[in-house]
Amino acid sequence: MEMLSVKNIGISFGGLHAVDSFSITINKGELYGLIGPNGAGKTTVFNLLTGVYKPDIGQIFLDGENITGRSTIEINKAGIARTFQNIRLFKNMSVLDNVKCGLHNDYKYSSFSGIFRLPSYFKTEKIMNERAYEILEVFGLEKEAKILSSNLPYGKQRKLEIARALATNPKLLLLDEPAAGMNPSETEELMDTISLVRKQYDVTILLIEHDMKLVSGICEKIFVLNFGIELANGLPQDVLNDPEVIKAYLGE
Amino acid sequence: MTTQFLNIKKLNKSTRYNIVTVGSILIAYAICMYMINAGNMSNLLQNLLVAMCYYGIMAVSLNLTVGILGQLSLGHAGFMCIGAFTGAFFSKIMINTMDNVIIRFTLAILIGAAMAGLFGVIIGIVVLRLRGDYLAIVTLAFGEIIKNVLNVLYIGYDSRGIHFSMKDTASLNLEEGGMVIVKGAQGISGTPRNATFTIGVALLIITYLIIVNLVNSRSGRAIMAIRDNHIAAESVGIDITKYKILAFSISAALAGVAGVLYSHNIATVQSTKFGYNTSILILVFVVLGGMGNLRGSMIAAILLTVLPEYLRFMRDYRMLIYAIVLIVMMIFNWAPIFINWRKNHSLKDAFNNILKKIVKAKKEA
Ligand SMILES: Nc1ncnc2c1ncn2[C@@H]1O[C@H](COP(=O)(O)OP(=O)(O)O)[C@@H](O)[C@H]1O
Ligand SMILES: [Mg+2]
Repeated sequence: MEMLSVKNIGISFGGLHAVDSFSITINKGELYGLIGPNGAGKTTVFNLLTGVYKPDIGQIFLDGENITGRSTIEINKAGIARTFQNIRLFKNMSVLDNVKCGLHNDYKYSSFSGIFRLPSYFKTEKIMNERAYEILEVFGLEKEAKILSSNLPYGKQRKLEIARALATNPKLLLLDEPAAGMNPSETEELMDTISLVRKQYDVTILLIEHDMKLVSGICEKIFVLNFGIELANGLPQDVLNDPEVIKAYLGE
Repeated sequence: MTTQFLNIKKLNKSTRYNIVTVGSILIAYAICMYMINAGNMSNLLQNLLVAMCYYGIMAVSLNLTVGILGQLSLGHAGFMCIGAFTGAFFSKIMINTMDNVIIRFTLAILIGAAMAGLFGVIIGIVVLRLRGDYLAIVTLAFGEIIKNVLNVLYIGYDSRGIHFSMKDTASLNLEEGGMVIVKGAQGISGTPRNATFTIGVALLIITYLIIVNLVNSRSGRAIMAIRDNHIAAESVGIDITKYKILAFSISAALAGVAGVLYSHNIATVQSTKFGYNTSILILVFVVLGGMGNLRGSMIAAILLTVLPEYLRFMRDYRMLIYAIVLIVMMIFNWAPIFINWRKNHSLKDAFNNILKKIVKAKKEA
């Protein structure tokens, strides 16, 4: 079953074709890797998928629903959540509250109930806390729940971003260089966590990674982007041995 | 009783913080009342008591916009102005029809808050798409517009209803026996002086609880998420516009409450009192008390309301000394040495230690 189906999307920034006629189909439950040299347009693809930029051309379908041109908020509600290459946590809020922000649309009570502390406030907050702790435990962050998110070490901040995205209960999770800046052992641990999350939460994942050897370990399929254009697409062993791909990486 | 007392430890941190804050306000209130009754309080200070309350409300409510939402507003006095005029207008036309002062004043407060909140929504929709400096300048402009419109507004009423004019009293065309209530630059005079220190303290506590409860709720998290990173907030599906306007209008409505308190505390309310210098004064309270620190805003507002009055004996040097005090307070608040010093000598720790001793003593007894 197709979870994400992207048909020929493209966007230019003042003459630069950052992404040109990008198409991809990801089936439910798959873990897809999006790789390519710096400046290839990977992050721009994420920005197009999440409505940060509106595509000049092409269409995006999520689980059969056309979401092209919708706002970021609407797209998140439809089921796409993401992390950012340059971490964007809610810095002055606790680790727990960062995750609870992710639960914002699934667990609701009115501002009025919040201000006047009506029963629905206590009831919903309790469920939200339980749910948030559950997610934090997956990432081994439950002990740090009460501390300020900006006080977390770098690697844990990256994990918290994934936790927050996961809290929105997405169908499709987009991870932008989740292992950037981590040492090899941290990276390995993170990749294990991602595999676990995928099984436990039944979520489809598209993951950007700069280092293509790293993704070959956990991704079923790999998509290679270069100068905004598809260079290769398929099984890791085929893609990594593709002479074009090797050339693009060596030429960097 | 004892078990109730011991439970303080079990409450979560924010609830404990609130109890301490409200408790401190009540203790300060009790001390003031005691001094008044014993005849120990100077007239100077007595006359400032209600002002401390409305400035406290102004500071806490502005902190919602500036500290919690993270948007710089320089027009907060404009909302106070709307509250002051609306509340006073209501009280004056109802003075003969509604005998029950408590109900009338309560209604005046609610109507003043609602009108200021409504303006908050309207202005919020217009200005909140702007950011940073632009927002500051536009809110400043709105504050001045409100002030200047009210400065030339004439409103009267007679048996046919309410009449408006931007020219003068005569063009209201009132019937014989009609009453002019808002008289342009002269504003509204003769408002019943219903504001008391007790009501002021009650409203300050209510304002504080409304904001602190909002902050610690789902909506408050959304508001702070927007402040911390609006792109990430959108990415988790938080409706930026909705929560910006929510925070801005609640902040405006509470400034309206402060306005009603103001206009029922003095004989005459004039719009010139609500210019940008007042807005900036309130912003100074917020910055000094700490962005997002509601308790700090109240303390700063109270201290800086009292201080200038006590500096009057300095005559020409008064504002100079006031400015120096501001700078010293700013350094005290933000210099790392002082932050550490405060951590080691905090009132909270002292208070907790006392609590612990009491609890221990009770256990042993
Ligand atoms: N908002 C923008 N305005 C102008 N150029 C942009 C913008 N966003 C991305 N680009 C350009 O698009 C290209 C692809 O960028 P990006 O998607 O960030 O690459 P990657 O994530 O693969 O390293 C780069 O040349 C970048 O400078
Ligand atoms: Mg990138």
